[in-house]
Amino acid sequence: MLRRTLLTTAALAMTLGGAAFAESHGEEITAGFIYIGPPGDGGWTYEHDQARQKMEAHFEGKVKTVYQENVPESADAERAITQMALSGANIIFTTSFGYMDPTLAVAEKFPDVKFEHATGYKRADNVSTYSARFYEGRAVQGHIAGKMTKTNKIGYIASVPIPEVIRGINSAYIHAKKVNPDVEFSIIWLYTWFDPAKEADAARALIENGADVVLQHTDSTAPQAAAKEAGNVITFGQASDMSDYAPMPRVSSIIDNWAPYYIERVQAVIDGTWESTDTWDGISTGMVEIGEISDAVPADVKAEALALKDAIAAGEYHPFTGPLNKQDGSPWLAEGEVADDGTLAGMNFYVEGITAEVPN
Amino acid sequence: MDLSSINPVLLVASIMISATPILLAAIGEMVVEKSGVLNLGVEGMMITGAVVGFAVAVNTTSPGLGFVAAAVAGAVLSLTFGLLTQFMLSNQVATGLGLTLAGLGLSSLIGKPYEGIKSPTLPKFEIPLLSDLPILGKMLFSHDVMVYFSLLLVAAVWAFLKYTRAGLILRAVGESHDSAHALGYKVVYIRLFAILFGGACAGLGGAYLSLVRVPQWTEGMTAGAGWIALAIVVFASWRAGRVLIGAYLFGGVTVLQLNLQAAGANVPVALLSASPYLITILVLVVISARGAHGAPASLGRSFHASN
Repeated sequence: MLRRTLLTTAALAMTLGGAAFAESHGEEITAGFIYIGPPGDGGWTYEHDQARQKMEAHFEGKVKTVYQENVPESADAERAITQMALSGANIIFTTSFGYMDPTLAVAEKFPDVKFEHATGYKRADNVSTYSARFYEGRAVQGHIAGKMTKTNKIGYIASVPIPEVIRGINSAYIHAKKVNPDVEFSIIWLYTWFDPAKEADAARALIENGADVVLQHTDSTAPQAAAKEAGNVITFGQASDMSDYAPMPRVSSIIDNWAPYYIERVQAVIDGTWESTDTWDGISTGMVEIGEISDAVPADVKAEALALKDAIAAGEYHPFTGPLNKQDGSPWLAEGEVADDGTLAGMNFYVEGITAEVPN
Repeated sequence: MDLSSINPVLLVASIMISATPILLAAIGEMVVEKSGVLNLGVEGMMITGAVVGFAVAVNTTSPGLGFVAAAVAGAVLSLTFGLLTQFMLSNQVATGLGLTLAGLGLSSLIGKPYEGIKSPTLPKFEIPLLSDLPILGKMLFSHDVMVYFSLLLVAAVWAFLKYTRAGLILRAVGESHDSAHALGYKVVYIRLFAILFGGACAGLGGAYLSLVRVPQWTEGMTAGAGWIALAIVVFASWRAGRVLIGAYLFGGVTVLQLNLQAAGANVPVALLSASPYLITILVLVVISARGAHGAPASLGRSFHASN
């Protein structure tokens, strides 16, 4: 992996060299992207890359973009970001949670470069954070999952134990439980965002243990392939639509749409109005989209799911609305009380009813 | 915790599928190392096999042809390694790492048009009579043909190295290339054949990932399986039977930890995830403590007839 990074860094340096040359001739600015996986993962990185391309097209040659893929969340990340900053990028989007500290470390050294860290919670004068309220989409998925399961066992492929993932599990569980009190969650932690073979194995393990719905918070479509092989198992697209697997096993999806945000932020750099902000948008602004609910879902369930989505979009309903207890039975939200963003952002506990333990 | 939800029959079947790619790659690499060559390019050959096998299977709708093409692709890639190390006497470690880089780059280039496509996969091949056995039938004899092929390959390699004259020569070349040369054996060509065989096996292992285990093409999908295969060869102290045990142990622990999690076992997940590596280290320590490494004496050393 390290050597691969070196290779891409070399390629990147060449591209950026060209960019720097072009810059001296016009007012072109360079936007850099650091990716956790390959743009071809069909999921998380794919959507960031699509957004990058849309943003580049939007500015019609005034903005040059560069990206580096498969950057591990380790010391390599800091090197990769530094390299990008050194090579003249004006704004750098680092698109994975694990880049949080590396991004801040590099930002300190390059006060004139703007940084945008996806899904993090630490900011600085030149570091913004942005994330999407995926849990809103997971509420819709949870509803469909609870209605659709026949074995009452729902499998969940979880990636890395951080608040974002735990929030997703809670949101899906709350809404599955709401429509189906007998539902149980089996959660598998993979400690990776992207490893198709492991994801496929995890999906198989869940299915063999009786799950007939598999939710995932990992980036590839391998679980869909495993579900298809198993037959009567449904899945949801994660980060990307994954519509190749529709109408079965993929019955709906959560889609991340980053393009409007990227356009807005790069525009701010061009206008000189860029400021460090914290953006957390969801279904209402379109940062989170619900992919088409396929015909495999009965019409009434589909209507309920869409109604739930609309209620969330309109701000009438919040997925974390009391009464809710924490896993240990201690009260968390009273009747009608809505969770505040601070608690959600740092969520490190399961809600009552989930039998597993949060790994630490 | 409800461990009863783990079905041992399905568990064993999953383990066999999970272990097959690394088993194929490892048995090939073992032959290469037995001939005295250290090829660290397994990961690169695997991923090339994965993408070429996938592309051919998609275009011909024949997974069988995909596997053949993957073996050829792995062998062709290993041929460049063979030519560089055997004729131009380049450093084997550096060349092998280069091969991995080349394979990763090449595969993402070839694979671009194939992202998100579904491939034809191998049908389950039920061995007549045996697959009708209660429990054992479903556990051991209801797999796709490549699972059986990998097991037969291990047996064949074991028999070849132990009982045939050619196997003896191959081992002699690996133990002492100067002596083998003095006896009139073509050290360079023998090694080249071993390298080609290793490349073909790695290609098959990669294709098993992209055609059966996952089954689809995604960039970087081998995710270190080639390095695990290399570790298994050392773990197995260069013996075919132990390569089999190593691959199944590794595949087994991986699948078992996923199943334990799915069943809600209350065990530290991080420890479970790390357990295959911990076991590998443990076995390496035990083997080292006993002093019997079993590494071919000429492993990694270049040979030239003038020496």
